Amino acid sequence: MSILVNKETRLLCQGITGKSGAFHSQQCLAYGTQLVAGVTPGKGGTTFEDNVPVFNTVAEAVKETGVNASMIFVPPPFAADSILEAAEAGIELVIAITEGIPANDMVRAMRTIRSLPNCRLIGPNGPGVITPEECKIGIMPGYIHKKGSIGVISRSGTLTYEAVWQLTNLGLGQSTCVGLGGDPVVGSSFIDILQLFEDDPDTEAVLMMGEIGGDAEERAADFVAKNMTKPVAAFIAGQTAPPGKRMGHAGAIISGSSGKASDKIAALRAAGITVADSPAEMGLAVQKALAG
Amino acid sequence: MKIHEYQAKQLLKDAGVPIPTSLLAGSADEAVAHFDALGGGVAVVKAQVHAGGRGKGGGVKVVRSKQECKSEAERILANPLITPQTGPEGVTVKKLLVEQATDIAHEYYVAIVLDRASQLPVLMASTEGGMEIEEVAAKTPEKIIKTFIDPDRGLLPYQVRKIGYLLGLKNEQVKAAGPTLKGLAKVYLDKDCSLAEINPWVRTADGNMIALDAKMNFDDNALFRLKDIAELRDEAEEDPGELRAGQAGLSYVKLDGTIGCLVNGAGLAMSTMDIIKYHGGEPANFLDVGGGANAEQVTEAFRIILSDPTVKAVLVNIFGGIMKCDTIATAIMTAFKEVGVKVPLVCRLEGTNVELGRKMLSESGLPIITASDLTDAAKRVVEAA
Repeated sequence: MSILVNKETRLLCQGITGKSGAFHSQQCLAYGTQLVAGVTPGKGGTTFEDNVPVFNTVAEAVKETGVNASMIFVPPPFAADSILEAAEAGIELVIAITEGIPANDMVRAMRTIRSLPNCRLIGPNGPGVITPEECKIGIMPGYIHKKGSIGVISRSGTLTYEAVWQLTNLGLGQSTCVGLGGDPVVGSSFIDILQLFEDDPDTEAVLMMGEIGGDAEERAADFVAKNMTKPVAAFIAGQTAPPGKRMGHAGAIISGSSGKASDKIAALRAAGITVADSPAEMGLAVQKALAG
Repeated sequence: MKIHEYQAKQLLKDAGVPIPTSLLAGSADEAVAHFDALGGGVAVVKAQVHAGGRGKGGGVKVVRSKQECKSEAERILANPLITPQTGPEGVTVKKLLVEQATDIAHEYYVAIVLDRASQLPVLMASTEGGMEIEEVAAKTPEKIIKTFIDPDRGLLPYQVRKIGYLLGLKNEQVKAAGPTLKGLAKVYLDKDCSLAEINPWVRTADGNMIALDAKMNFDDNALFRLKDIAELRDEAEEDPGELRAGQAGLSYVKLDGTIGCLVNGAGLAMSTMDIIKYHGGEPANFLDVGGGANAEQVTEAFRIILSDPTVKAVLVNIFGGIMKCDTIATAIMTAFKEVGVKVPLVCRLEGTNVELGRKMLSESGLPIITASDLTDAAKRVVEAA
């Protein structure tokens, strides 16, 4: 088993005829993902790569092909609208890759997403989700992954690749890898995905990668301490980042902490999580966590 | 994106927020003329720079005569303004705001930011105006009143009343506070702010509520639909390297160390800085070329890093996803040819088309130090710097 996606997942790509949408749709198909439909308004009735039908609307794609997941490559000004289109068409898993969506658009979109209990949004501004050797949805290079039992969660794309590569080289395969996205407003949190991994019988341990800003890692630490029975390892990026540059300073005030890497690391360690000191030791941290 | 106080106040005024009468001056003579135009009584001369802490640096002065106005204006315009937020070199002041002095009875704080946890804008108000909000948050968090704003309904009348009474305002003052709170929320929502702050927000001796100072930051991702806001940009206030990087679609932050970094992805870029420090070096910058940069953007990234005289060595760390390793290889070769690379360059490539990228670099004959993994790369670049 795995979480969120597997070989049964039937995928739709919104923005399939755009440059990135087309390139990554090809890559997903090549990996073996069941990409069975595309949506680009105005291009309905055509086909992508000669065998994937393209529709004008998501509702039509759902009705004709029974898709249950969508991958979004729509440009930032229109992406929040596309997320809502997918959610309201009944798609259960919406994965938004688009980078640069205005925060206010996501604030509004999330009010709707939260009211739909059967819809989960991953992203935006993340690499996507992959269950190795079954289903790749997003922009991650497929070959670095290996099937296995480590769940991976991250706020950053390339840092996830780095971690996955370390795991694979240590012989530690992954059950599913989830990129939460680097934006201030995203559809799923560490806690949401930690719960899924805790419930997944095939996931033995979890590696989570956080970064400075906000307090998502502190809340995740609290959740792990109270609810997780599986070992968790972590890394926090930005230990050397100067204050005030990456995060709006008032964002950290609300959370009652400062969003600094050192605070996050302390919170994670206090929750019994194995934290890697160096980004080169993320895989080793998982090994250590597994050894108990 | 940040704007000046006078610009922020104009946006607030347009939204119905009471502000003191003020005039913008570009010279000491103009400041004196404005002093006269404001009635010649007591006025405040305020340096217009983006950095905070202006008062502590001598950039905000109360003046009571023409002579005083002239000498203070001349002093502020002639010298770099050094505040706790500018660094020791300070910033040049080009414009002054000459403002009618206000008879202050009490100073309050009010700001709206995005609360990531609830995914809603939150208005924070406090009776401790004038102070840094971080200080209030750390020492007396119970003094901060938080109100969440529904983005589609804006700030509602009952919320305004609740905030007013919690701040201890009297009936008439609660009414007087309404336009400021509603106007601030309107600007925040309509103009895609990431921060909209009035500090201090003052109750005057005669019972009015007015915005004495204002600060606004905007969501860069929304600037495409905010033409009027984008025009308020003051490029002279930005770091030249960061500005240049922004124009090329790159994300760059200048730091104090000696090792230049070129990385794809923000998380990996921060981690690269971290591992350089872990192995005893100091990063000279944060640079994220983004997910799908082309060869021209990466070449521009090299130009920016190499134009920094403090850079003694460069570490390129790419884990190709969308970004292909051969694109990076092409850009590195172009950088050697066009820009000239006079410092040691350590390169670590992994991911999409990695074999092709490595082959191109090894066949180029260029003096590139290749690294096998992240630790190896960090050790080599720290040694080289």
